[in-house]
Amino acid sequence: MIALEARPEASRALALASPALAIVLTLLASAALIAALGRDPLSALHVYFVSPFLDGYSRAEILVKATPLALMGAGLAISFRANVWNIGAAGQYTLGALAAGAVALAAPEARSALWLAPYLAAGVAGGMLWAAAPALLRTRFGANEILVSLMLTYVAGLLLDWLVRGPWRSPLSFGFPQSRDFAEAFVLPVILDGTRLHVGAPAALLIAAALALLMARTLRGFSVRVIGASPRAGAFAGFGESGTVWFALLLSGGLAGLAGAIEVGAVIGKIQPDIGASAGFTAIIVAFLGRLNPLGAVLGALVLAVSVIGGENAQILLKLPKNVTGVFQGMLLFFLLACDVLIRWRVVWRRKGAA
Amino acid sequence: MRRTLAALAVGLVATSAAAQELKVGFVYVGPIGDFGWTYQHDQGRLAVEQAFGDRVETTYVESVPEGADAERVIRQLAASGHGLIFTTSFGYMDATAKIAEQFPDVKFEHATGYKTAANLAIYNARFYEGRAVIGTIAGRMTRTNRIGYIASFPIPEVIMGVNAATLAAQKVNPDVEMTVTWVNSWYDPGREADAAKALIAQGIDVIMQHTDSPAPVQAAAEAGALAFGQASDMRRFGPEAHMTAIIDDWAPYYVKRVGQVLDGTWESTNSWAGFAEGEVVMAPYWNMPYEVAVEAADLERAIRLGRTHPFEGPVVDRDGAVQVPEGETASDAHLLSMGYFVQGVVGDLPK
Repeated sequence: MIALEARPEASRALALASPALAIVLTLLASAALIAALGRDPLSALHVYFVSPFLDGYSRAEILVKATPLALMGAGLAISFRANVWNIGAAGQYTLGALAAGAVALAAPEARSALWLAPYLAAGVAGGMLWAAAPALLRTRFGANEILVSLMLTYVAGLLLDWLVRGPWRSPLSFGFPQSRDFAEAFVLPVILDGTRLHVGAPAALLIAAALALLMARTLRGFSVRVIGASPRAGAFAGFGESGTVWFALLLSGGLAGLAGAIEVGAVIGKIQPDIGASAGFTAIIVAFLGRLNPLGAVLGALVLAVSVIGGENAQILLKLPKNVTGVFQGMLLFFLLACDVLIRWRVVWRRKGAA
Repeated sequence: MRRTLAALAVGLVATSAAAQELKVGFVYVGPIGDFGWTYQHDQGRLAVEQAFGDRVETTYVESVPEGADAERVIRQLAASGHGLIFTTSFGYMDATAKIAEQFPDVKFEHATGYKTAANLAIYNARFYEGRAVIGTIAGRMTRTNRIGYIASFPIPEVIMGVNAATLAAQKVNPDVEMTVTWVNSWYDPGREADAAKALIAQGIDVIMQHTDSPAPVQAAAEAGALAFGQASDMRRFGPEAHMTAIIDDWAPYYVKRVGQVLDGTWESTNSWAGFAEGEVVMAPYWNMPYEVAVEAADLERAIRLGRTHPFEGPVVDRDGAVQVPEGETASDAHLLSMGYFVQGVVGDLPK
């Protein structure tokens, strides 16, 4: 019979191979699913994973879609690594968008690109502020940061709703809920003509690289890893746990806020009821897909972006239902967690009764 | 492997270029199985397929968020050879307008918005006509003289529905009171059900809703209250509570507009149709005395024939100001910017 046996040491090779294995298993399971729907699995997988790369606009869209996911995923990767479970990136993203939006709406005549500095800074500050609440409650009162950060997501959503239907509603919108369009200065520059690819995409990559460096090469990164692995060992080494909680939440919250500010400034151009905050939840998958490594999160973001755009193409070209995309993303996380078991355990065959 | 993929790619291009006279795309905000707003738009799409058979091919993309994704989806539809694209939610307005500018040869239709162009038409339906009919029924059927209204968002579309139902209920029952509760969502079965239960617990015995899930009908059925369906006939979700429903029937409009594209007579228009055009339809009447059903059907016919209007003056708001004077009828512009509740409505109107 099949049994699991603990490895003497976690396998480094499998730690790296596990996401690839999970993707392959997801592909096989998706192919089976599509075949069960009575469609040709090969052509479906082609539409899902190849068609998004076939034209320049779609390639740019992959990067546009991946940008907020990568920023948030990189921050969450570090937070999760520190054993701090920030589940509320969606709320921090919303607050970032709102804080940045407040700057943009306060300066309707802004022309100079210098305005982007206070705009983006406000986004970071908004996200940090929203993440500070779970940090404070956890370090002072021992409140569970999972619940606090998650619940604050709904508060952020209601705040957005109130602003966009109340004080910020544009007088030109016939009562419909949306703010005035931001002035030109707040629209992040497009770097590829004819697409929506904006400077946020390369910025996200640079930030993720810097964070990877921070984790690998600095004392702060080391303390995050130690405390995450064993708070007691961290305490013996003189690393404060509450300092790490604050660091992890403010960093991931600030990055989520930045993602919100960038997304609203670059591709939406105003505040409206749907600003794409649900990406904050997708970013959790992204962080795990990326092995809780900031640069890995960039790859994870690209995989998910391709699957979203491929999913749209599958609806348009193959008339496959949207749910297939949802099932696909769910399977990906499922297989990833399942494959991770292999890092610490190995599969062995045992004769019946021998054990 | 490489060769198979290349062959596949060619195959895909060939299929999508197969000689169809017209490809029609639909962008939906919800899943087609919501039994409400999106479900009804999809019924309209199916009617187009039925009406034109091989002359059209239809495509839909469902649950498209109203944020950054909409623009890409609309563009992909335009770029993949669709000649007519319906975008069926308010939040797609700017994205639709932007892509319409980039694809002048493709025709676009945007539901419930206000931006138009030579290749961008807008359409909506006069749901308030149906609200007047269910207001009449509710006014007759309530024993506690209290009606509950589960509302989504305080926008003119929703506010005019509350007012139309209240005015109609007051005509047949001057003591009636309309209690509005906001759930801040178009589709959230959990919150809708909670709102229904809270209203019923206050002594309200008839529930109406401007949200899309059947949850309030189910909650009313469990509590022994009466209810109305929204967007589609929701009788199966609470046969003992469901009195009728205001059905959105987009089929006549979609069939008409697709036909116009096929014979080259399509023009950018602003359509706001109701009972008369068959876009707003009442579901069969149940759970009420015969006389009430007849009264409801009579009002439906009178509105259809233009003999009466749900907003005939005097219409007085809650502050006592006359919004529509006696002898006049509210203009479309007045309705589309409605920001007040009439007297008899209880509950906040967030500004």
